[in-house]
Amino acid sequence: MTTTAAPLLEVTGVTMRFGGLTAVNDVSLTVGEGEIIGLIGPNGAGKTTFFNCLTGLYVPTEGTVRYRDVQLPPKPHLVTQAGIARTFQNIRLFANMTVLENVLVGRHTRTKEGIFSAILRGPGYHRAEAESRAKAMELLEFTGLADKAEHLARNLPYGEQRKLEIARALASDPGLLLLDEPTAGMNPQETRAAEELVFAIRDKGISILVIEHDMRFIFNLCDRTAVLVQGQKIVEGDRETVQNDERVITAYLGAPLEEAAPAAEGTTPAAPEDTK
Amino acid sequence: MTTTTTETTPVIPLPARAAAALTGLGALATAASAAMAWTWTSDFPGDLTFYGSPAGLQWLALAAGLLTLVVLLGSQGVPGLRWATPAGSNNAVLYAATGTLAVSVYSVASIAVELDGLVNLEPGGWVLAAGGLITVLGALGLPLDRRTAVPLRIVDKRLFLLVPAAPLVWFGTHAIPEDKPVAPVLTALAGGVAIATGAVLLVQLGHLANTWLRLGKIERPLDAPRALPSWVEVLVIIVAFGLGLFAITFGIDTEYGELFIGCLLFAGPTLAALTKSGLIARLRALTVKHRPVTTGAAFAAAASFPFTQSSDQYTSVATNILIFATVALGLNIVVGLAGLLDLGYVAFLGVGAYSAALVSGSPASPIHVQFPFWAAMLTGAAVSMIFGVIIGAPTLRLRGDYLAIVTLGFGEIFRITMLNLNGTTGPKVTNGSNGIPRIPDLEIFGFDLGKPHTVAGIELGRFSNYYLLMLLVTAVVVLIFARVGNSRIGRAWVAIREDETAAEAMGINGFRLKLLAFALGACLAGLAGTVQAHVSYTVTPDQYTFAEALPPNSAFLLAAVILGGMGTISGPLAGATLLFLIPKKLEFLADYQLLAFGAALIVLMRVRPEGLIPNRRQQLEFHEAAIPAQPTGEPTALTKAGA
Ligand SMILES: Nc1ncnc2c1ncn2[C@@H]1O[C@H](COP(=O)(O)OP(=O)(O)O)[C@@H](O)[C@H]1O
Ligand SMILES: [Mg+2]
Repeated sequence: MTTTAAPLLEVTGVTMRFGGLTAVNDVSLTVGEGEIIGLIGPNGAGKTTFFNCLTGLYVPTEGTVRYRDVQLPPKPHLVTQAGIARTFQNIRLFANMTVLENVLVGRHTRTKEGIFSAILRGPGYHRAEAESRAKAMELLEFTGLADKAEHLARNLPYGEQRKLEIARALASDPGLLLLDEPTAGMNPQETRAAEELVFAIRDKGISILVIEHDMRFIFNLCDRTAVLVQGQKIVEGDRETVQNDERVITAYLGAPLEEAAPAAEGTTPAAPEDTK
Repeated sequence: MTTTTTETTPVIPLPARAAAALTGLGALATAASAAMAWTWTSDFPGDLTFYGSPAGLQWLALAAGLLTLVVLLGSQGVPGLRWATPAGSNNAVLYAATGTLAVSVYSVASIAVELDGLVNLEPGGWVLAAGGLITVLGALGLPLDRRTAVPLRIVDKRLFLLVPAAPLVWFGTHAIPEDKPVAPVLTALAGGVAIATGAVLLVQLGHLANTWLRLGKIERPLDAPRALPSWVEVLVIIVAFGLGLFAITFGIDTEYGELFIGCLLFAGPTLAALTKSGLIARLRALTVKHRPVTTGAAFAAAASFPFTQSSDQYTSVATNILIFATVALGLNIVVGLAGLLDLGYVAFLGVGAYSAALVSGSPASPIHVQFPFWAAMLTGAAVSMIFGVIIGAPTLRLRGDYLAIVTLGFGEIFRITMLNLNGTTGPKVTNGSNGIPRIPDLEIFGFDLGKPHTVAGIELGRFSNYYLLMLLVTAVVVLIFARVGNSRIGRAWVAIREDETAAEAMGINGFRLKLLAFALGACLAGLAGTVQAHVSYTVTPDQYTFAEALPPNSAFLLAAVILGGMGTISGPLAGATLLFLIPKKLEFLADYQLLAFGAALIVLMRVRPEGLIPNRRQQLEFHEAAIPAQPTGEPTALTKAGA
């Protein structure tokens, strides 16, 4: 880290085109140390694509991503190595591995034991393996999955699979965690528990960028929220700024905001096409 | 998976006591028939004409009858035999009885077919047939674990059109004179239709039987085993491996194909019975508890095989099985752990073998050097690995089926290149199709592997020496597989196999790890190849093809891995043993050999789709079936666009 003012993550002018379709259009965003930033937008707005651009899964057509003042190479494993971990909107666990093994895979970048060390099994190997296991179990305690360590990931109930994805991402000791719809498909209790978990992660000193549809979740958690519509960031700011922004109301929030905040009364749900 | 829909009822309503008595009687009769003459003439292989001295198939009948009896008495709770069915399920008895019936029906049928008619049976043969039938009828009267209802499945109705088509084609072939040019085509067509019809009818018959018997996969929970002193447990493991060695030796040593088929017919239901009875689970628990003892016992059993043999006839088979099995285990790293489909794997065996042959000092080699064996081994392994990297580096960057295509091509290119480096169509290196002959026998520390040696009063011939050397190589490969598979690297491979995108997002360099798996696999195959070159005296290009009637070739290797159980150690070893023995022992079927082999494969995959020895992970799945699976689709099926 250079100065205290330098943001942890600095995204400038990221554009992602698929042929004629511009999924992400000139989006800039910063995440500071210890911040929780929300990213909302209607389905198909390009949120997941934006995440994929940050994590090297897609190579952005234009724009740069800098993490801790270093430009990130567009390779997923190098991004994780640098300190950004992520979860997936549609859960992508290693279904036929145990819960513990899933988390151990998450430790991959933070351990070094190669093939010869695995064959020879010297004291160094055993020490590293024991350390990894201890760390993984610690994370399973943290997410409340410790008693299921030996279960197969595919046999966990849905909510616990989401938690396991988070535990696996945390195993790489990230400085920034990207969560893609962590409460999708959860009931209200599970959603509240997930909120607690996100706060607990932030308290470990990890910054968070989270995509969500649940407005209550977003406004409870986030220091700032950015709104993406048709690939463009139309507004960014705190709860009031976002809730009262005309474009947000017409473009996207409509019905959900009526429940979350009565201020949005009178707006009709509009299709995103109406914005531009 | 649901337990509420099961019941414990007999299929044939009989009083439980009577059913048990009937089963026992049948089993006893079958066992007793082994001491009687089955047929009057010694024309049937094995000479089954004597009273009081069992031979060949009669030993199988004796074993099947006694085993059924023991399992029955165990499930009836007879003191002293309860260990035989710890799960207490009568289904184990039924499976054992099925084995008895299979052996008896098969024996009687093959006598009748080979000697033309049932008149060739002596009273012992009739006792055998009756015994088998009574055993199964009795077992069907025992209270069995069944489903309350199994809806009848019907195969695609259009397939039934084959049934009227079959006589039509048959009529057509017989109405047309044989000298017409279409006759052979029609005959082939008739054969195809007949086989297809038979298969459809068999499958439908299977569905009918399933609806009637209602024996699903119903698991009985095992209660905790009685604590035994640890030396007893160790003894049990050693006895189990001793029995295993005996069974495998019996199978390898079968002198005629009829007996081998009998062995298979006996082994299948018997393994099912032992699984149902809970004995296998008990044994598995013991082996997990005493891992070093288990590994030691397994290798001791394998190492004592040559000492059970009096000639080189079967040690040469066993050596080739070991080579094949070791290569299959190497392929299991690539396919089973890393999930990379390699269709040309046998070429790496060839690279190792050719490298060793070239530096072996063979007069036919253009390089007139003779490396000591350790150096030749390292050379073969290293050259093979280099080829692995050369093939892997450009292709492993791509995802999907490119690797399968490239490796398939590489396999053929290797064979054709070896053919062409013959001095006429290319530089003279490999002598083309003649190969490199007269590879000298190995001498390790002054010990000439080509000469017989006497150890502990038993003469070990040339193949026994190579068998023991190969066993060492196998041990090394097993060690590497076990240690690497269960390490950071192995976990990364499995993660890539499960979901490459997610694995990369976890910080795994997919390309590098896939290349590592590919290179390690190639290296181990090359290692086995160096021994193979010396065992077979000659290396020729046609030993290394994609598919052929006999192993080892790439298709068989892949089959051994999948059939045995992907990602396991014992799976490919067992699969390779079976796949090597089946075609070898079926040679007496001549033209029908491949057909019978195909049928055997289909039956095996139908009965055990997860492989002979399922992965530890799949076992876990088995025990956790009550927990609902995730509602979304398979994560592995998602594409990058869905990330
Ligand atoms: N690999 C791809 N190829 C083509 N189009 C894509 C690809 N990935 C995403 N898109 C398109 O980009 C748009 C944004 O998708 P996405 O980022 O998943 O939206 P969100 O996550 O906000 O719901 C969609 O129209 C989608 O079809
Ligand atoms: Mg999305």
